[in-house]
Amino acid sequence: MSLMRILIVEDDSEAAYYMVKAFREAGHVADYVGDGLDGYARARDETYDVLIVDRMLPKLDGLSLIGSLRAQKILTPVLILSALGQVDDRVKGLRAGGDDYLAKPYAFSELLARVEVLARRNRPGLGEETVFRVNGLELDRLAHRLTRDGKEIQLQPREFRLLEYLMKHADQVVTRTMLLENVWDYHFDPQTNVIDVHISRLRAKIDKGFDPPLLQTIRGAGYMIRDGSR
Amino acid sequence: MALGKLFRTTVFKISLAYLAVSAIGAGLVLGAVGWNMEHLIDAQIAQTIDTDITGLSEQYAQGGMRRLVNIIQKRTRRPGAGLYLVTTAAGEPIAGNIVSLPPDILNRPGLVETAYQPPGDTGGKHRALARNFVLAGGFHLLVGHDLAEGESLRHILGEALLTSLLWLVVIGTLGGLWVARRVLNRVDAINANAQAIVAGDLSGRLRLTGTGDELDRLGQNFNAMLERIAILMAGLKEVSDNIAHDLKTPLTRLRSGVEQALRSAKSPEEYRGALEKALDESERLIQIFDALLSIARAQAGAGREGMIDFDAASVARDVGDLYEPVAEERGIALAISAEPGLYLHGSRELAGQAVANLLDNALKYGVPEAAGLGPNRAPAQDPKGTVELSARRCGGNVEFVVADRGPGIAENDRLRVLDRFVRLENARSRPGSGLGLSLAVAVARLHNGSLQIEDNKPGLRVVIRLPAAPVRHEPRAPLAVPQPDKAA
Repeated sequence: MSLMRILIVEDDSEAAYYMVKAFREAGHVADYVGDGLDGYARARDETYDVLIVDRMLPKLDGLSLIGSLRAQKILTPVLILSALGQVDDRVKGLRAGGDDYLAKPYAFSELLARVEVLARRNRPGLGEETVFRVNGLELDRLAHRLTRDGKEIQLQPREFRLLEYLMKHADQVVTRTMLLENVWDYHFDPQTNVIDVHISRLRAKIDKGFDPPLLQTIRGAGYMIRDGSR
Repeated sequence: MALGKLFRTTVFKISLAYLAVSAIGAGLVLGAVGWNMEHLIDAQIAQTIDTDITGLSEQYAQGGMRRLVNIIQKRTRRPGAGLYLVTTAAGEPIAGNIVSLPPDILNRPGLVETAYQPPGDTGGKHRALARNFVLAGGFHLLVGHDLAEGESLRHILGEALLTSLLWLVVIGTLGGLWVARRVLNRVDAINANAQAIVAGDLSGRLRLTGTGDELDRLGQNFNAMLERIAILMAGLKEVSDNIAHDLKTPLTRLRSGVEQALRSAKSPEEYRGALEKALDESERLIQIFDALLSIARAQAGAGREGMIDFDAASVARDVGDLYEPVAEERGIALAISAEPGLYLHGSRELAGQAVANLLDNALKYGVPEAAGLGPNRAPAQDPKGTVELSARRCGGNVEFVVADRGPGIAENDRLRVLDRFVRLENARSRPGSGLGLSLAVAVARLHNGSLQIEDNKPGLRVVIRLPAAPVRHEPRAPLAVPQPDKAA
């Protein structure tokens, strides 16, 4: 993932400090402001790839901040961070103009993966592709066809969607919750690690008998489709 | 009881208003009677006068003035006689018992009401109804009748009206007070009772008279409210007890681990290991916390405003699809069946989570005991168990059924799990019904439905029964690719 410029609007300075530090360690540029008005001014006047906005902020709350930005046609992707993690809170956040929603407390790997996906989303040319290719693996969305090195691979519809999501975000870490949200449209936390089982089944279909392995497990974070030869 | 308080009661005010209406009514009735009576009397007097005049004019025609005067003198001597006056054409009195009259009376035709003065009476007002008749020869014959009779009747009626109104007021006021007092007594009893309950022991209930009247019904509703409050309080207490237990245990482990590491860890590896353990513990804490929060919110009815119509069949298929590889990995045959077009009004997310929890439990614990599966066992050739997930219509309800062939839950425990759903501790002590089952129960209740645990003979059968959506809509834009009814 190339360098991202991130603005963090968070009133808990310690939490913000950890975030800034972790994003810098991951090779990104992260700025931090402590209240909604400052956050609005910075987001308006400077260019960022992603904004991370806490919902409860002094001076101007997170949802109003996003609403003000959107009213100014500033469409920088926003990830809402909130202690309110229920479905209706999430819906409210997304309706207010947020692009993604993450409930506190979160794992940094989850935050990073989501922010990277958001940053990529805003780059031109993405999302319109109908064919994804990663090192001989080719997925055609419209024809609903998957081949690897020219050989056709049969997938069940859900496996196809799972792989489609992974390939759309190739070279990016995709977490289990992101998969559950985007492929199944559920936000709860299954007690059993069901996603892992789906992944291993998918892996058996696309990687078994081929080289190099493309569907990789990123320890402590999630999964990634990556051109293993590089 | 203070009288002022009694006067302020609604019942008393209503009584007063009713009393006023009754008084007006009584007045109108008596007034109408009086008016009618007067008319009747007037008509009778007129008739009497006419008869008199006819008789007297006949006598005059037969016997002349002398005979007329004789008859009139005879008549006027009788007590309570009518009024008579015979005058010349010029108005000079010849005979009769009237002393003075208004001068123009003899020129007015028909029945006239007039003041007059009887002989031997100078004061007092006398009024009479009289008629003037012109006899042959230009003489005037005036026959009248005193109106005192009618007036005394009016007087009697007026008095009767006043008396009856007085009685009405007295009886009405006393009756109003009596009724108000009776009602107030009961309301006061309810109030005192309610205050005692609110101030002290919430388990107390209002005493009902059992008559089923409106105050009793009020009491019943109040009791129902208390019941609900008690359930909520108990739920809150149990949730907080559970939070205390469920969160304090891992918190203690977390704290001890960190303390231990700070005290005795030497190498970076040891520190790293301790930190990883701490991270795991905090992860578990978050999970428990989230589950408890979801349950509490569902129990409190939060998120009702975000409810939509959704297809229960697709929930069953989606969740079944989610767990199907897990079942396969564990060598369990998962059979999914869903009737199409089962619409529910509610939260698709929560319904999905509830079904997922049931399925999760069934796959974890619902295998025949002899099979003894490990969590990471390789796929087996023949299924070690069968788990069925179905969504179906049942009357006005939609049922999600998750059935397994595992050890099940003993009948008395089954009731316990259901009746005391918030006792997470009890539920968790049984295999296959942890926080997940509690959440499923809370979700069922949130949707005005129920969760039942049944014997699958053998095995466990959990049924979530939710009322179907009243109006069927087009399915919302499918977010998931349609799945075959039966997973491979």
